[in-house]
Amino acid sequence: MKKRDIILIASILAIAIALFLIVELTKEEGAGVTVKVDGVKIAEYSLSANGTYPLNGGTNILVIENGKAYLTDANCPDKLCVHQGKISMTGETITCLPNKLTVTVFGTEQSVDLVS
Amino acid sequence: MKTKKVAFLGMCIALSMILSFVESQIPPLAAVPGVKMGLPNIVMVFMLYKVGAKETAIVSILRVFLVGILFGTPLSMIYSLAGATLSLIGMILLKKTNLFAHVTVSVAGGILHNIGQIATACIVMETAQIAYYLPVLFISGTIAGILIGLTAAMILKRLDKMKL
Repeated sequence: MKKRDIILIASILAIAIALFLIVELTKEEGAGVTVKVDGVKIAEYSLSANGTYPLNGGTNILVIENGKAYLTDANCPDKLCVHQGKISMTGETITCLPNKLTVTVFGTEQSVDLVS
Repeated sequence: MKTKKVAFLGMCIALSMILSFVESQIPPLAAVPGVKMGLPNIVMVFMLYKVGAKETAIVSILRVFLVGILFGTPLSMIYSLAGATLSLIGMILLKKTNLFAHVTVSVAGGILHNIGQIATACIVMETAQIAYYLPVLFISGTIAGILIGLTAAMILKRLDKMKL
């Protein structure tokens, strides 16, 4: 391991941490969540109303509670989307790779057309 | 190709498949898809220095297909293939410069694997939102890459006298 290795690895880490901080510091309280399957928007839910919604014909269960959205169940074995926890800030996303489903928080500037 | 080499490459495929399986049995380390140790990359870094770029590429791609057929789905195979290909290209080029140590080559491999998978996920799911995970993956990929690189360097040192 030479000096240039350390410099290269340290700069990669520095870029990663800078990106991470930019994402963390620019996010704000979201207004609702958009659910997309295969890139197509299938639903929008407001974060201000509590509720439980089966998504994508029941493959994933979305719960909105006290302004936070999270998935409680999925039909895949590893349930990574359930482990991803609660989201409430703009840009935060829960991803389910097997079902090609994403749940993303949007801010107030986006139009909200409520399905609930 | 000498018989000994054929046998050795077969052993490398088997070893990398076992490491893939072992890794799939470890519970997710973080709630971000793609955060993993990349154990099979120990074999790839080792081979890159001990055997050569062409053989490493063949073993890596065969591993992706075999693991995909045995334990995965067509979709997971596409993700692995994108990650493995990008990671291989990066590691081969970086190694060719002869400027960097095993650890750096391995770190590049780890991060490029993550980039390949996220790029594929963006294409498959038709959304750029997943790029949101990239900073976390960069950090985890670097840490994993350092550990994998150190391990590969240790193995290379101990098998220094081995001839093919």
